[in-house]
Amino acid sequence: MAMIGVATTRRKIQWSFLDLLVVVYALVPVLWIVSLSFKSKETLNDGNFIPREWSIQNYVDIFQTNEFVRALFNSIGIALISTFIAVVIGTMAAYAIARLDFPGKRVLIGVSLLVAMFPQVSLVSPLFEIERALGLFDTWPGLILPYVTFGLPLAIYTLSAFFKEIPWELEKAAKMDGATPAQAFRKVIAPLAAPGVFTTAILVFILTWNDFLFAISLTSTEASRTVPAALSFFTGASQFEDPKGTISAAAVVITIPIILFVLFFQRRIVAGLTSGAVKG
Amino acid sequence: MAEIVLDKVTKRYPDGAIAASEVDINIADGEFIILVGPSGCGKSTTLNMIAGLEDITSGELRIDGARMNERAPKDRDIAMVFQSYALYPHMSVRENMAFPLRLAKVPDATVKQKVDEAAKVLDLTQHLDRKPSNLSGGQRQRVAMGRAIVRSPKAFLMDEPLSNLDAKLRVQMRTSVSKLQKQLGTTTVYVTHDQTEAMTLGDRVVVLRGGFVQQIGSPQFLYEQPANLFVAGFIGSPSMNFFPATLAENKLASSLGEIALTDRLRRVLEGGKAQRDVIVGVRPEHFEDAALLDEATKATGVTFQAQVDVLESMGSDKYAYFTVEGKQAESSELAELAVDAGASDVPESGSQVVTRLSAASAAQEGAACDIWFDPDKVLLFDPSSGANLTYTG
Repeated sequence: MAMIGVATTRRKIQWSFLDLLVVVYALVPVLWIVSLSFKSKETLNDGNFIPREWSIQNYVDIFQTNEFVRALFNSIGIALISTFIAVVIGTMAAYAIARLDFPGKRVLIGVSLLVAMFPQVSLVSPLFEIERALGLFDTWPGLILPYVTFGLPLAIYTLSAFFKEIPWELEKAAKMDGATPAQAFRKVIAPLAAPGVFTTAILVFILTWNDFLFAISLTSTEASRTVPAALSFFTGASQFEDPKGTISAAAVVITIPIILFVLFFQRRIVAGLTSGAVKG
Repeated sequence: MAEIVLDKVTKRYPDGAIAASEVDINIADGEFIILVGPSGCGKSTTLNMIAGLEDITSGELRIDGARMNERAPKDRDIAMVFQSYALYPHMSVRENMAFPLRLAKVPDATVKQKVDEAAKVLDLTQHLDRKPSNLSGGQRQRVAMGRAIVRSPKAFLMDEPLSNLDAKLRVQMRTSVSKLQKQLGTTTVYVTHDQTEAMTLGDRVVVLRGGFVQQIGSPQFLYEQPANLFVAGFIGSPSMNFFPATLAENKLASSLGEIALTDRLRRVLEGGKAQRDVIVGVRPEHFEDAALLDEATKATGVTFQAQVDVLESMGSDKYAYFTVEGKQAESSELAELAVDAGASDVPESGSQVVTRLSAASAAQEGAACDIWFDPDKVLLFDPSSGANLTYTG
């Protein structure tokens, strides 16, 4: 017994050390940015990990510039709309893929996989030309469109996996209980698929929120520029001022919606919701 | 309450496979009918066609005289209990049972009353607010039944509802299903692969094989007068013993010895003059330990000697297993039954015979024993068509 006890304690220590290493590796850059954002302009380049002088001046500054506030508004709006559209269409498509046998099903799956794998950078120049010709350049729809395109394959793949988990017999049972197909979907399938829908929503939201490539290429003014793109245009008050502090503050601010979004939906992702449906 | 008529109902899949072929069944109002057969015999497909979950390729389904082929399941007013129960996991027991009533827009007070009533009948009252995941298998099964009975449908369809329960609970639920059906008097179609369930539950049993109806009749009738080898081998546990035999000069030459034709056999065999091959079928209970019989009885039957391979004492009876030398009875139907029972993997020389002897028998494992059987109870089958030559139904 003692031997096993020693062995497990040793293993515990080993694992804790490894876990700690991974956490530190992942979090140090984030903490560095947080630290920078709280430094005053004078101590910005002193190289201290913990700021000597705490200051929220950087945060005050970014919210005073129209540039950042407007970009934040664009980011939230565009990401939410893209996520909503991708999840709604993705839910329907995934349901069809998981449940029905229709002609062209394999083609649909293949094409969506193709879209997901397509290098985005090769689409930037044609999209730029097309959107300019169509008048979509530097508008919200101009960004929502490519985001939905690249969000959909992700949504379809994640959701169809979730739909396949739901026992087919539940739907048959609903039909026998007198439900129309729409009622069966709304009252039985949708509540059970909810965790999958929320998971997908989080993934698509993160994908669109973090995009830099399309945001920088398909926008030119504050009208539709999102935060990741706007950050690169940050300058100090004068030519000689270092914008490092404000950029850090903005970077911290844009992680907050993601954290909130994840925390909000995570509560709804209840694992094993379908347990108890069948057998025992 | 309804009468269900299947009129030459056929199911053919797009790939050409036929799951049910011209199934003709008249189910009377209030009748408890069992569809039974090995897996892949088309019993579940037939049930799903009655439910409306699968389209009918040809033929007609009528409930109370009205054609149902094109009606959606929800418009047929029938309830179904699934093998997996298919309870809605996000709803409590009460909500599960109320679901069909809510869809039918029944007023709240009536819903509550009906659910409470059903819960009382099924002994679920104290579980009404629990989720299915917190229930035992038997309780889940009862919730599934409850969901079916709350709205008093025209008919119940049950797709192997007891097969996920353990053996003891299954026997218990079998009686309660039977009682419930008698109490409600609702027409019920019940699918099972278990011949014991079929024998004990149904008013009538439909035996299916490869999409074809083999025989329809009361359990006792199927047992005594099976229409063919398949039904004979499927119904009854332990199953009937089969041996090849040759009919010649008023005698059957079989591996169990010579069997003199009784009047009954002679009649059905039209005198039994022509020489032909037949398959002899004997139920285990028609054998007896010869030592327990008086001379007069013994003289009326056939006695043979064999070594007991295995002896199972059940308390009330003893099951003795013998190996009888000689060829095994061969037919496609018996082969299919053997596959279904998983027996085809067991290499055997000669044919195995199961006998049910009185508890008083002194038979010993490994020792030889004189076994007697009554030739008047013997059934004869045509080896090529499988038809029961002694069938008089």
